[in-house]
Amino acid sequence: MASYDSRTLSRRQLSAGLGAAAGLGVIAMPWVARAQADSIRIGFPIPLTGPFGAEAKDQARSAELAVKQFNDAGGLNGRKAELLVRDDKLNAGEAATRTLELIEKDKVHAVVGALSAAIQLATNEVTRARGVLYISISQSDAINEVKDFSRFTFHEALNPHMTTAAVAKHALKKGMKVAYLCADYAYGHEMLRGFKRAQAAIGAESAIELMHPFGASDYSTFLPRIIAAKPDVLSVCNFGRDQANAIKQAVEFGVNQQMKIIVPVLLHNQRLAAGPDVFEGVVGGANYYWGLEDGVPSAKTFNDGFRAAHGGAIPTDYGAYGYTAVRSLLQAMTTAGGTDTDKVIAALETLKYDIAKGPQSYRKCDHQSVQSVLILESKKKSVMKSENDLFRILAIEPGSESMLRSCVELGLPI
Amino acid sequence: MTRWPRLSAPGTLPDPARPGSLAGGSIRLSDWRVPLSIVALCALPWLLPSKALAVNVLVYGLFALGYNLLFGYTGLLSFGHAALFGAGAYLTGISIGQFGVPWFAALTLATAGAGVLAFAMGVLSIRTRGIYFSMVTLALAQLVYYTALQASSWTGGENGLRGFTVSTINLFGARINFLDPVNKYYVILAFAACALWFVSRVLNSCFGATIEAIRENEARARACGYDVGRIKLLSFVLSGLVAGLAGALSALHLTIVPLDILHYQTSGLVVMMTLLGGAGSFFGPFIGALAFLLMEDVFSLWTSHWQLVVGAIFILFVLFLPQGIWGTLIALRKRP
Amino acid sequence: MDAQLVLMQLLSGVALGAVLIMTALGFAIVFGMLTVVNFAHGALFMVGAYAGLFVVERTGSFWWALLLAPLAVGAFGLLIERMLIRPLYGRPADDPILLTFGLGYVLIEGVRLVFGTQGIPFATPPALVGVVNLGFGFFPLYRLVVIGVVALILVVLWLALEKTKFGLIVRAGARDPQMMQVLGVDIRRLWLIVFGIGIGITALGGVLAAPMRNVSPEMGSIVLAEAFVVTVVGGMGSLFGAVVAGLLVGIVVSLTSLFAPEMATISMFALMAIVLLVRPEGLFGKPGLGV
Repeated sequence: MASYDSRTLSRRQLSAGLGAAAGLGVIAMPWVARAQADSIRIGFPIPLTGPFGAEAKDQARSAELAVKQFNDAGGLNGRKAELLVRDDKLNAGEAATRTLELIEKDKVHAVVGALSAAIQLATNEVTRARGVLYISISQSDAINEVKDFSRFTFHEALNPHMTTAAVAKHALKKGMKVAYLCADYAYGHEMLRGFKRAQAAIGAESAIELMHPFGASDYSTFLPRIIAAKPDVLSVCNFGRDQANAIKQAVEFGVNQQMKIIVPVLLHNQRLAAGPDVFEGVVGGANYYWGLEDGVPSAKTFNDGFRAAHGGAIPTDYGAYGYTAVRSLLQAMTTAGGTDTDKVIAALETLKYDIAKGPQSYRKCDHQSVQSVLILESKKKSVMKSENDLFRILAIEPGSESMLRSCVELGLPI
Repeated sequence: MTRWPRLSAPGTLPDPARPGSLAGGSIRLSDWRVPLSIVALCALPWLLPSKALAVNVLVYGLFALGYNLLFGYTGLLSFGHAALFGAGAYLTGISIGQFGVPWFAALTLATAGAGVLAFAMGVLSIRTRGIYFSMVTLALAQLVYYTALQASSWTGGENGLRGFTVSTINLFGARINFLDPVNKYYVILAFAACALWFVSRVLNSCFGATIEAIRENEARARACGYDVGRIKLLSFVLSGLVAGLAGALSALHLTIVPLDILHYQTSGLVVMMTLLGGAGSFFGPFIGALAFLLMEDVFSLWTSHWQLVVGAIFILFVLFLPQGIWGTLIALRKRP
Repeated sequence: MDAQLVLMQLLSGVALGAVLIMTALGFAIVFGMLTVVNFAHGALFMVGAYAGLFVVERTGSFWWALLLAPLAVGAFGLLIERMLIRPLYGRPADDPILLTFGLGYVLIEGVRLVFGTQGIPFATPPALVGVVNLGFGFFPLYRLVVIGVVALILVVLWLALEKTKFGLIVRAGARDPQMMQVLGVDIRRLWLIVFGIGIGITALGGVLAAPMRNVSPEMGSIVLAEAFVVTVVGGMGSLFGAVVAGLLVGIVVSLTSLFAPEMATISMFALMAIVLLVRPEGLFGKPGLGV
């Protein structure tokens, strides 16, 4: 854990250590002075422990890179930024607690973070009630909707609507039959809805739609039905371990020889966990892939900065979210001339930034980051030039507001 | 080595004039246990690293207090109390968010609702004993979990319940800013204090003595003429009421209700806290909650593998200190 | 509904049932013989899969993994029994539940520490890759092999229990441990060995399941729930019950997914609750156990 902001950690360690003694009902603890009174503090709660620890560490490393680059360039007229990384343990209750601590105790000026849909919504609930700016870097449709949205809420990550539309545009043709295997929870439903909408516009149709229990380990009971429906394409609408397991078992049943497998989001770490053979030929969307550096200059700059800071390693998709969110925030603060929340919100709403993957901006009505969607195909083992050469970039869907649901549809004032 | 504190020193009888003396602890301490607890809890937010953590200690301490009634005092290992805690939380959130019920009424409604659920779960599970009881409560709680997952239009499903944040409350005419951490803590403490007093009264009564008798030797209690089934059920319901209140307060504190509040891991959490602090003792639950949450907080700073350390400590407690922190302290003090 | 589809679903159900039997058998052995509810069961299943991975990486052969991984994890089980479970005999029956609950945490986090939090690819052994044309559809060869291996293990287990002296001692020890002690059998040593065997079988289940599911530290949590359900439905003291229930649950889940797949997990726990309330000893268990 030494890699995180050591100044903040050591103070927390000190107060927590004393707190432990107090827990035995003994010592009253004097409050230790915290971070520099005038630094720019950004809270960063992410799931460092638990199944997505690797993705979370990527997010943290990239976010720290953004902060470091900002500070090295002089900060905001000499005022430095500070990233307060916290562990939400992939638990919404913990995330809410950490966010409360960041706001009440550490007095952060903004919060960036979250990896799962439930957690970003929990963090958002706490920040919006207290008027604290929050930029979410987790995929979800719900955060753009009226129930959860507030003017303090920003969404840097892609949402299922964008990714499914982009993937469908590339993979589906008129007259195709599509089979769906979706996880039976909010995110799975969002992905299915997005695909069906896109396919209707293209003129393809559903051959069969199957919902599987979230977290299922065995898909053998679904695959015979999918094969019997004789579709042209199988769309696997789930996430993480579910996705890896479902595809692995589909390949086992020989599905990939009879139809094309597509996913809404092709995840870097999941592909590493399952291996090249399982994912061979699978097509999916992504926000970022390091291979973008061949065509996009800002990607090259980002990659080089990351390589320099981390011994030649390349950033992953989730890592890129950490970078773009924090850096766009700091850019907006620079434009606003400070950390005053209203001014920073106004700056973010008009910000145009190109820092890792091409042009991006936040749409005013729902604060969704309008950005490109990459269409990736997982490479066969024999054509991989290095162990990082996971995907081929088939297409880049340029970012535009037409990819999003309209403000009217979302119920938000324009 | 037993887990329960010895009812009395060998060779002495409990004094019928002082029913509280059955419940462990030195005689003087147990008279003042409610005021002592409240004073200690008043000081808590100033001793801990953060106010939010202090409220969590209150909430989980209360949860463990309710659980202890069933586990520590009646001797029934339930693995399904997450359902009661979660029911309290969800009912609060749904009442405030979807029906606009004022916060106090929502709390009352939620606690009562948890009591009703406890009654239903109790009726189904009390007829089984031993390990079967644990398994039934586990299965019933998992049913509640999957039902909440499916009923997503009420509960928010996987995304959890949001949209019921209470920012100001009216307390006897005064408007209090509930978002302020200190205000929030003391308002929740007021409820915790009431629950503490209630539990202390229950334990001091004949009922309290009876449930301990059932724990020690059920057949004998039945032979003495007690309706064991009904008493166990009542214990389950009372325990559910307190756990439900804790859940309701948790909802007010965090302003969200996550789905995994209903998962068996939450049930496991309260078991661990109760055991760590000292099952069957009055102060045990709060001490256990404090110890566990502090450990979690502190260890997760040093390593992302804090669960290993906490799990190992728990194993050591089960093996060598089954009476928990407070239970061991009592036992040590009693030794001549 | 297409007859071919139903046949395929049935066969999938049997394959699923085979895996469920493996996961439940280890749990049922430990509970039936020692009356210990092992909450670390899912974690040990996962450890078995990782042990298999370890052996495959070193030797390149899946068959060595099938042999060595269960032996190694079984030996680890012996250690667990000796150091952690044995001190709890004579204490309230809840204590092993609590201890194994904590042990589960330790094992999962321990694996994360050693192998990382991400999953690791576990390839199907090259000899068993591919599908077999069964006339009514194509079915993965590996799953058919799993059905075969599980059937073989069940036969071996049955022979050992029914036809050997050791099996006789084990069965008698489960029925009446005190009488066995009076007859001069070292009951503690018996329990040690039985526990080790139960853990070994669990680990074997993990190795068999690894090529079908991705190997990750969380892969065991759903296994624990499945083992509970199968053991309870089949009868908490009965191994035969575990087998029948495993097949039954597998087929029921498979056919349910034809009509209402999202109800699959609810129905599993509902079934478990109903059995516990109506007939707590399960389909084949002996009444009065677990009191």
